[in-house]
Amino acid sequence: MSWIDLGALEDIPLRGARIVKTPLGCLALFRTAEAEVFATSNSCPHKGGPLSEGIVHDRKVTCPLHNWVFSLETGEAQGADAGRIATYPVRVAQGRVLIEAEAIGRRSAA
Amino acid sequence: MSQKLIVIGAGMASGRLLEHLLEARGDWEVTLINAEPRGCYNRIMLSPVLSGEKTFEEIVTHDAEWYAERGVTCRFGERVTGIDRAARRVTTDAGVTLDYDRLVIATGSQPFIIPLPGHDLEGVIAYRDLEDTERMMALRPGQKAVVIGGGLLGLEAAAGLHARGIETTVVHLMGHLMERQLDEAAGYLLRKELSDRGITIRCATNSKQILGQDGQVRALELDSGEEIPCDLLVMAVGIRPNVALAQEAGLAVGRGIHVDDQMGTSDGSIFALGECVEHQGAVFGLVAPLYDQAKVLAETLSGGQAGFAQKELSTKLKVTGVDLFSAGDFAEGEGREDIVFRDPARGVYKRLVIEGDRLIGAVMYGDTADGNWFFGLIKDRTDISEMRETLIFGPAYQGGAAADPLAAVAALPADAEICGCNGVCKGQITAAIGAGATDLGALRATTKASASCGTCTGLVEQVLAVELGAEFVAPTAQPVCTCTDLTHEDLRRLIKSQELKSQEAVWQELGWTTRNGCHVCRPAVNYYLLADWPLEYRDDPQSRFVNERKHANIQKDGTFSVVPRMWGGLTTPGELRAIADAAEKYAVPTVKVTGGQRIDLLGVRGEDLPAIWADLNRAGLVSGHAYSKGLRTVKTCVGSEHCRFGTQDSTGLGVKLEQRLWGSWTPHKVKLGVSGCPRNCAEATCKDVGIVCVDSGYQVGVAGAAGMDVKETERLVDVASEQEAIDWTVAFVQLYREHAKYLDRPYKWVAKVGLDWVQETLGDAATRAALIARFDLSQEVYQKDPWAERATPEAARRFAPLADMTLEAAE
Repeated sequence: MSWIDLGALEDIPLRGARIVKTPLGCLALFRTAEAEVFATSNSCPHKGGPLSEGIVHDRKVTCPLHNWVFSLETGEAQGADAGRIATYPVRVAQGRVLIEAEAIGRRSAA
Repeated sequence: MSQKLIVIGAGMASGRLLEHLLEARGDWEVTLINAEPRGCYNRIMLSPVLSGEKTFEEIVTHDAEWYAERGVTCRFGERVTGIDRAARRVTTDAGVTLDYDRLVIATGSQPFIIPLPGHDLEGVIAYRDLEDTERMMALRPGQKAVVIGGGLLGLEAAAGLHARGIETTVVHLMGHLMERQLDEAAGYLLRKELSDRGITIRCATNSKQILGQDGQVRALELDSGEEIPCDLLVMAVGIRPNVALAQEAGLAVGRGIHVDDQMGTSDGSIFALGECVEHQGAVFGLVAPLYDQAKVLAETLSGGQAGFAQKELSTKLKVTGVDLFSAGDFAEGEGREDIVFRDPARGVYKRLVIEGDRLIGAVMYGDTADGNWFFGLIKDRTDISEMRETLIFGPAYQGGAAADPLAAVAALPADAEICGCNGVCKGQITAAIGAGATDLGALRATTKASASCGTCTGLVEQVLAVELGAEFVAPTAQPVCTCTDLTHEDLRRLIKSQELKSQEAVWQELGWTTRNGCHVCRPAVNYYLLADWPLEYRDDPQSRFVNERKHANIQKDGTFSVVPRMWGGLTTPGELRAIADAAEKYAVPTVKVTGGQRIDLLGVRGEDLPAIWADLNRAGLVSGHAYSKGLRTVKTCVGSEHCRFGTQDSTGLGVKLEQRLWGSWTPHKVKLGVSGCPRNCAEATCKDVGIVCVDSGYQVGVAGAAGMDVKETERLVDVASEQEAIDWTVAFVQLYREHAKYLDRPYKWVAKVGLDWVQETLGDAATRAALIARFDLSQEVYQKDPWAERATPEAARRFAPLADMTLEAAE
């Protein structure tokens, strides 16, 4: 697997998110704890709400438009709502946030 | 013929190695060389020595006699200066050369000293060996020390110093203590315990430089410029393997000396163990793996078969009175689940991390009795699916019948304490129920059970349920959300009475069932904290809905609307021109006049926000807070200034009110209106506060509504002067801020508490003045234009994508 450096962990607010533009569309990067980051699609399957603007709690995010809650680990909608958002492999190393290249439509540079 | 073994370094690892090796009665001629002028002592027990609970003699594990009895030649206080691998010979700084058949390098590690300016001053030390400990012990009570590093070692040093009467401050870079071993929650409890003892803890704090006077440390200067005076500065920020000797000898070295599973280095005659080695990419700082390595190396040297494998580690903090245990992996990772147990009254927190059918991590605070049992489950990779439901209660609860909470309560003896605050036992409660107290309110009134901190409310209800059976009616009070059983009212009361000043304090002290709340409770908790503790707590943008975080209203397509403030509905040609320019520059699709007498720019893209704000700021326009639970607008008519019916300067009063109230956070939005005469052109009588001017003065009405409910204001007071009208309005808003439930508009709140109570409270001049003073205090912190703050390049960066990979896609 090859990993792409997206930026510094510190640039994502704790219990907050930032977006990343990719050839596949906008992804949301969520920072759920000091050194814990998840990447998902930025778009809510309900009405397309920008998930990166939602409130991040535990390992979940609440969509800002109609309060759908998604697990950032599995992408599954929680509670009575049915739906799923795409999740992407992401990790933190030496204070940097890395995403797996192929998952976002990039051939590895090697 | 015996073989010559030379061991470099007399630390804990080599001490254990010699024990194993000489027990095996191999035919060795051992020479032990140590740069420290003494043999092996239990380094991890230096903390009890520092705190005075042990003496150095008690922690010596191998004294001169021990070595003599076993025929080990000791060369203490002598440093090895070189290894000649070809000749199998070492030389020391005493000029001696010694031959070996086998060589063991156990040079350990050295503390990492951050190269801050001033790190070489006298009085800046690490916490590593007896000399460091003695330096700390030489301080006199009343002197000051700063410890940089809130990890295991730093906290032990701080606790030891504090126990000696030293005024101690811990400066820690990360957001919570011991972040490698503890999660935020346990870190909070630990911080609280140490703070309560009198140790000052500064987390998320960066050091800038160490200040000295005549070559002696004087203070630590933080990034903020603040200085913390100290007579001694201890750095406990980590260790680095000592590899210099091995490196010069040409052995393979990474972070540590590379060793294989048999502890062999890249030279077949040379072995290494302890904190100086690197095994499969890992280096070691805790004692358990070192002892494993010693065992393996003894076996290897004796010709046996053994291999070192890295295992899960557990940690305990050796600070008297602090029970803390952590093991395994409890941080990052997908597919992991938590089981959390909190008992705030007893100060107990336990968290288990489960992946699939295995327990992989455990953090415990306050009650660590089951720590080793959990550690065993982690190490053995035991399948825990069968006992998952009762796992967190420990080994005592395994293998029994499924637990029914009511059965457990029913089984409690009559003298079991239910309410710790008021010392009420189950027997008193059942007696009160028998005497006719058949609901929670009656029980609280008669026994005081659950009437103080309220955390035992659930237990009291269970006693009721057991005693009354089917007659028991569950209470109807609505909890804030599923994260807690507390109502908003209880939550507000407890935040005030228990002086909870941080979110973590609320989660811990009030027994939240989730790690950091949810989208329902967190905004409420954030508001209550900032309203009650304006100086101690700071608003947390991540606990706010997007509109209040972005300071703009999100629209259904994800764009935002931008509304500048127009004080009392007044504007100027210059402002209108700036708005028009901005609308064109950012291609704003819709420009609309709002009901609150100002102009809305709709459809602005998120990443354009900081730039459009900066442009509007330059024309003197500030945020209209059209998105916030705070003061929105003060709608006015033109009043006596222009209108032939106007009785007072309603526009002027509106402007004054808006300028006084803007920027304050409130439980829900607040809209005001000021009409210049009873014709009421500003529609003031359906506002949260509506003032109608009359010839004799001002009629101040409150609790109107014109939304889902429509309701006319109720008269709060009639006053003669404009100043009094302003005072009553500010005091009313502050009373609302301090008492209302989050997301209750004033009319809902007034309906709950009664207008009589509001009038009575505000009618007292001293109370009114105090409310106004508290409002103004809060405004000192919060009356800032959020646009100006976010239009700086640094803040603006956060509105842009973290990375844009579409730009490189065309490579």
